[in-house]
Formats: sequence, C-alpha cells, structure tokens
Amino acid sequence: MAVLLIAEHNNKELRPFTLNAASAASQIDSDVHAVIIGQNSAEATKKLSELPVVKKVLSVEAAHYENFTAENYAPVIVKLAENYSHIVCSANTFGKNLMPRIAAHLDTSQVSDIIKVISPDTFLRPIYAGNAFATIKSNDAKKCVTIRPTSFDPCESTGGSAQIEKIEASEEFSNTKFIKREEIKSDRPELGTARIVVSGGRGMQSGDNFKLITEIADKLGAAIGASRAAVDAGYISNDHQVGQTGKVVVPDLYIAIGISGAIQHLAGMKESKVIVAINKDGEAPIFSVADYGLEADLFEAIPQFMEELNKLNTIQK
Amino acid sequence: MKILVAVKRVIDYNVQIRIKEDGSGVVTDNVKMSTNPPDDNAIEEAVKIKEAGKATEVVAITVGEEKAQETVRKALAVGADRGIHVKVDGILEPLAVSKILQKIVDKEKPDLVFMGKQAIDDDCNQTGQMLSALLNWPQATFASKIDVNDNKLEVTREIDEGLETIEINVPAIVTCDLRLNEPRYASLPNIMKAKKKPIEEIAASDLGVDISPRLKQLKVEEPPKRKAGIKVANVAELVQKLKNEAKVI
Repeated sequence: MAVLLIAEHNNKELRPFTLNAASAASQIDSDVHAVIIGQNSAEATKKLSELPVVKKVLSVEAAHYENFTAENYAPVIVKLAENYSHIVCSANTFGKNLMPRIAAHLDTSQVSDIIKVISPDTFLRPIYAGNAFATIKSNDAKKCVTIRPTSFDPCESTGGSAQIEKIEASEEFSNTKFIKREEIKSDRPELGTARIVVSGGRGMQSGDNFKLITEIADKLGAAIGASRAAVDAGYISNDHQVGQTGKVVVPDLYIAIGISGAIQHLAGMKESKVIVAINKDGEAPIFSVADYGLEADLFEAIPQFMEELNKLNTIQK
Repeated sequence: MKILVAVKRVIDYNVQIRIKEDGSGVVTDNVKMSTNPPDDNAIEEAVKIKEAGKATEVVAITVGEEKAQETVRKALAVGADRGIHVKVDGILEPLAVSKILQKIVDKEKPDLVFMGKQAIDDDCNQTGQMLSALLNWPQATFASKIDVNDNKLEVTREIDEGLETIEINVPAIVTCDLRLNEPRYASLPNIMKAKKKPIEEIAASDLGVDISPRLKQLKVEEPPKRKAGIKVANVAELVQKLKNEAKVI
C-alpha cells in the first residue's frame, strides 16, 4: 500500500518542510500520495503535483480548511487512511498538533519525530532531548509517523506532474474557531532551514544587546536563535528559541554566544555541522559540543568578530 | 467549571541520563525524578483560574507506578483540590494513557483537561491531542496564554511561524507551553496540608481499556559523539579557521 503525505502549506505555497517530509515518505515506500487540505489552494496544489516523488495528489478545498485546524483536518485524513499503510508529516508545530489526532482515531500508536527510516516498520528517533536514540518497531497495521524535517534532505521541487484528484470535504468542526495568526515577518532566512544560525543566551544580558547578534547575522546572512533562558528573560521572542521545547536546527554553522549549553539547548543544535561557542566561562557545557571554542567576554569578542568579518573579501551566503 | 490536570513523573530535567548497558532503556533507579516541567505549568494555570473565581475544582491525575503519586501530591501542595492515581506498572504509550484519561473524563466530567505539551522523557507530544480526538473535543495545543470567558476559552498558541489565537468551546483540552506562566513553589504549610487531601487510587486494569503496547523498543543507544573540538586563542584565529579550515563563511 502507498504512503500518504500530508502537505503543509499556506494555500499559496508549500511550506518548505513538506519537501523534507516527502523525501522521508519516499524512503518508506516509493509510492507516495500527497493530500492537500486548504481553501483557494490551487497554486500550492500545483506545486505539490510537481514534486517528482509524489505519484498522486488528493486535494480538498473548503472555507473551514483555510486555517489548517487539526480538528478539521483529521477527519479528511482518517477517511483516506484505509487505502494507505503509512501517514507521514513533519514533526513541526503543524504535524505535532495534527498527527496524534489522526492516530487516535485510527487506534494507532504514533511514532513521533523520527530521524531515520530503518525499514517500513522500524524507525530511529531521539528521546530525552536527543541524549539517547531509540530504535522503534511499530506493530500497528497503519503507521502514523512524524519526521524531524532537518534529518531528511528536501526532495526535488520540480519536474513531476502527478495527477490531481479532488476529494470531498468533511463536515466542519464548529467548537474550534480560528481568530488570528501573528507571523513574525523577517527578511532573514527561516530559523529551521538557515545555513547559518547565530544564537544568543542569557549572557547577552538584555534585549538591547541582541542588536550585536543581529549585526553578525546580517553580515553572514544568518537566522537568529536564542536559548530558552534568553527567551524567558524577555530578551527576544519565543519563535527564536532553539532547544528541546523550541526548534531543532541543523545549520552548516551554529554560533552560540553567551549560551552556557543546558541539556535542553544542546538538544536543539548539537547536530549542526560546525559549532562555534563564545563564552567567558571556560567550563561551560557548550564547549563540549563546540568545534571551535573561544573563551572570551562576548562584549569584546563580538565587535572584534564583526571587524574580522569586515576584513574578509568574500562571505558565503 | 471543573479542571482535570494530568501530570507525569519523569527523570528530572537537570539530570544527565545514562543508558543501560544492555541497550534496553535508560537508567531510572536511584535517579532524581520530578514532575514533567510543562505539567507544572498546567497545574499552575488551573489553580490560577480557580483563584480568579472561574473554576470550582482542580483535580490532579497521574497514570503510572506507585511512586508516580508524588507528582499528584506535589500538585495538591500548590493548590489542586484532590487527586487521582491510576496505577499501572511499566511504560505506557501515549495512546494507552489517553484511553485511560478518556475513562476518567467519562467519570469525572470535567469541563477542561490541561496537561503539558510534551513529556521530556519520550518527547512524544501526543497525549493531549489523542485524548481530544477520543473525546471529539477541541484541542488548544502549545498554549502560552489562556483567557476563560464563560464557556469559551481564547488561547494563544506557540507555533513555528509565531503566534496563533483560537477560540474553543468547553469542554476542551489544552496542552501547556513553558511560557504560559511561572509555576509557584509549594510552601511548607501547604505541603503539610496536601498530605490530608484525598487521592483516589484506581487500578488501570479495572478501567477496561486496551493498554497493550503497539510499539517495540528494539534498542536504546548513545547518540554519535561529536569529535572533540579545539579552543581558539582569539577572534582572528576563529574567523580564519571558519574561513579556511571549516570553509563555512
């Protein structure tokens, strides 16, 4: 039986992690169908049909799908499930919110946040904030799987031409009403997909001082991250939080400034390709995962860092 | 309004976990255990709602072995009125826990069920959503702000793109984010008082639900270690290394 991928989108475009989830789905079985649930979502539906790994697209539009509420999404997918062996989506806030609702309806034990497909019924997933890896075999007939997007490369986004089939809408769930979404707009790359992330911690001492992080991020074309301590202290908004309860990032370069490296923070960044830590406490746990550690006062080091960057002829973006 | 709050006993968030030599799991014997951190936020929020005169009773529930009762006792010490302990040995999957909670909801008929958004041991992030599916109730996950207005809740949710606000009708499930509030500490007199509050014990086997595992944990292992890094002497050396050795800038 085929695998059903749930597309995440904003009605115009696919959200980037849909490509990572599609790639994970294709590792489970080459026969991947994708369902897109939205309103006036023809554009996003077309893009979904162009993913070469997707063999068939199922599309449904209705006003009550405009804001992607799990209570409205779940019945559509549950109805489709009989034709599929697996249901797959990303383990970001979209998939975390949605998939368990589907799994419970199907009486299936979900496998959350996998980082590797070992076989169609066996998966690797981090537990305890990534301090252990568990190999999990599912004995359920239908498998509900969310994938850690940063652990799977995005699939090709063009070249395919899957057939698009319209399906029927389910009844509206009237006890949940969408009010508003406040998206933080930024010209910067998204934290979850950025090639470089510059993060600040409690060592920044104030929200104002995060300007120093911003300058470096601008120079490097990087996204801005933060530790939970910095978020809790009110220096920066929560959508920047990296860690067990924030975002998991796997950039080519992660620069941790004034971050001590609590277990919960390391869980969100320690798979980064190259890690730099700047901290005045030489014993800080962040140094245990850093490829390059600099023991220094960040208020001296950051201006020097900018100066050195300015000396470079070229900076990769 | 009656609020049921589910709490889980987990290895304390400050403990560096150890993996059993035979790869069968994580060492929990003689390890400091605590309430799952966002479950503390769930209790705090329920107690605050009651203190604001918008709820009449807060009931704390846990599902687990004998010692899991400590988490209920702690909830009672910070303001929950009474407790329920569904006793079961061994590790339960979120699907099983949600089926047990569904039975308790049928019996207790709360208007709201709160719990943390995720347990920091298995990091599954499923139970609240599964329970709301089984009950066909609205779900407000990852809540960082809750306003109670009669029989409606306005909830602000932490999502990847920023914040989302939804309005849900009770009865409803809310899973709590760490930013929802600042959990209080229990005072000594309240800890003493909590010892007198009732905790009802129920055997999971008496609830008539299938809690058999569907997943098999084949192996638990250490994640690959990063190779040791180096300390650089100054910023110039750092930038030179990033440019010429790591080739990332």
